[in-house]
Amino acid sequence: MSVSSESVLALPAASERQRRLFGIGMTAPGALATSVLVLFALGVVLFLGFRTNDGSLLGGAFTLDNFKAALTDPLYATVILRSLAIAGLVTLATVVTAYPVAYYLAFHAGKHRALLLFIVTLPFWTSYLLRVFAWKVVLAFNGVLNSALMTAGITSEPILAFLNTPAAVVITLAHAYAAFAILPIYVALENVPRSLIEAAEDLGARPTAIFRKIILPISMPGVMAAALVVFVPTVGDYVTPALVGGPNSTMIGSMIQAQFGKANDWPFGAALSVIVMLVILAVVVVARRADKRFGSRT
Amino acid sequence: MTPARSQKAPWLTVYVVAYVLFLYLPIAIIPLFSFNNSIQAAFPLSGFTLEWYRSLFGNENLHRAFQTSLIVGVSAAFLATSIGVTVGYMEVAGGNRTARVISALCRLPILIPGVIVGIALLVLVNLAGLGPSRIAIVLGHTLVALPTAVVIMRGRFSSLPRSFSEVAMDLGAHEWTTFRRIVLPLAAPAITSSFMLSFLTSFDEFIVAFFLSGAEPTLPLYVWGQLRFPKALPSVMALGTFILLASIVIATVAEIIRRRGAASDELPVTTPRPLPIS
Repeated sequence: MSVSSESVLALPAASERQRRLFGIGMTAPGALATSVLVLFALGVVLFLGFRTNDGSLLGGAFTLDNFKAALTDPLYATVILRSLAIAGLVTLATVVTAYPVAYYLAFHAGKHRALLLFIVTLPFWTSYLLRVFAWKVVLAFNGVLNSALMTAGITSEPILAFLNTPAAVVITLAHAYAAFAILPIYVALENVPRSLIEAAEDLGARPTAIFRKIILPISMPGVMAAALVVFVPTVGDYVTPALVGGPNSTMIGSMIQAQFGKANDWPFGAALSVIVMLVILAVVVVARRADKRFGSRT
Repeated sequence: MTPARSQKAPWLTVYVVAYVLFLYLPIAIIPLFSFNNSIQAAFPLSGFTLEWYRSLFGNENLHRAFQTSLIVGVSAAFLATSIGVTVGYMEVAGGNRTARVISALCRLPILIPGVIVGIALLVLVNLAGLGPSRIAIVLGHTLVALPTAVVIMRGRFSSLPRSFSEVAMDLGAHEWTTFRRIVLPLAAPAITSSFMLSFLTSFDEFIVAFFLSGAEPTLPLYVWGQLRFPKALPSVMALGTFILLASIVIATVAEIIRRRGAASDELPVTTPRPLPIS
């Protein structure tokens, strides 16, 4: 009798300890990975941005010169603005072209929906480097597009001087990030209450009015999310400007890379990185604000 | 949509077909010209050849790069998936503040451009005394694959009926036993899918490896090095065809496995979830 009551009393204490051990053991991997690889790594970049370049790993004395130089030198201002412009154009093109596809998926795809979703997202899982390389081959002066036009008899000599222009960068990036934009818009369109559309139809609303007044506003959060996930990776892209951009399309990612390569000025490269992160942070904040406004309207 | 409208959209269907063609045609250029009997990738096609594929065999550097990619990919996929399982489970089951913050931090790398991830980790591995190396790339790719792994795992855990683990606990099973005997087996397809897609993320990743590789380049870095030589282009296309094929097979199998594991879920969780900010 005394034995059994003892074990009944002992059980909660033991299981409580086990519970805590389990919690610690399950939290540790994520806590370790995020604190070292995310927080500490980004903290070191921030720290390095405020150091002078004396050739050592963490730089010399503290200074604001890196940020001053980055923000006053017209070269960097030009490149940062160009990166924003290219990323903005790519975002606009991607979201506008993806919207009808997401709309089709949500309202017209029927039983082929899962398959079509898979088809439009599959290219995302193929090598980004190879997709950019493919565009380099397509857009080259003696490349696929020009030679196809000549073979088809549309022109007798290469007419499309596409490669090494900002336009080539925009096309290549828009193609690379297409899948990023479709999914969030599709998810938002899925959430449009069908009863709302039916009610509007019963009341005699035209299809364009239904789209403008019901579907588009409700799907706006998805559009904002799509814009964000396209904008962020494109603004700091390195591969595309390097392969298809040419000298007039240098973007901020290439500038940062150069500081850690040829220029060998890590603190300055870190400062440029911090500026890019702040720009992205500002865009995220604006996007969330806009998101809330659309959200409250629905 | 009412039946009348869901059927009639011919222009929209045409647009979607054109869009899919736009997605796939540039990629199809690579396998097409990998069989073309010319250094120049241009029309008209000049003849069929397997020469470019033949040139890949017995290439020692390529062989080593492939090996590095495999080792790095498997290691990074193992780490990212392990972390994804624990983080996803703690967020869904525990739901406390710490778990939610960790999960959000795991998804944060989506909002950091690859170049910055690369330089941040370059500084980190130099501080740790590792320097650019295979281990450095593994750490970098773990970070790059982490959002995918966490998103897949939390999606799966939140779709598991809570009652299963509650019953097990009521019957006296401890947390660890419940997790190991009930939760993990039910999540096995998602874990496999997460592992494969994390591997694929690493296998195709270029920019982070670009900063972190020492004497051992990965496959994408090998390809990058070859792009400087115009004569090597056809061989790059042959190699690219293999890489594309591997990616498509792995992504397709991962999607099939995941769908079997969660038959009710229509949306492919395998694609990166779009809302890292929420």
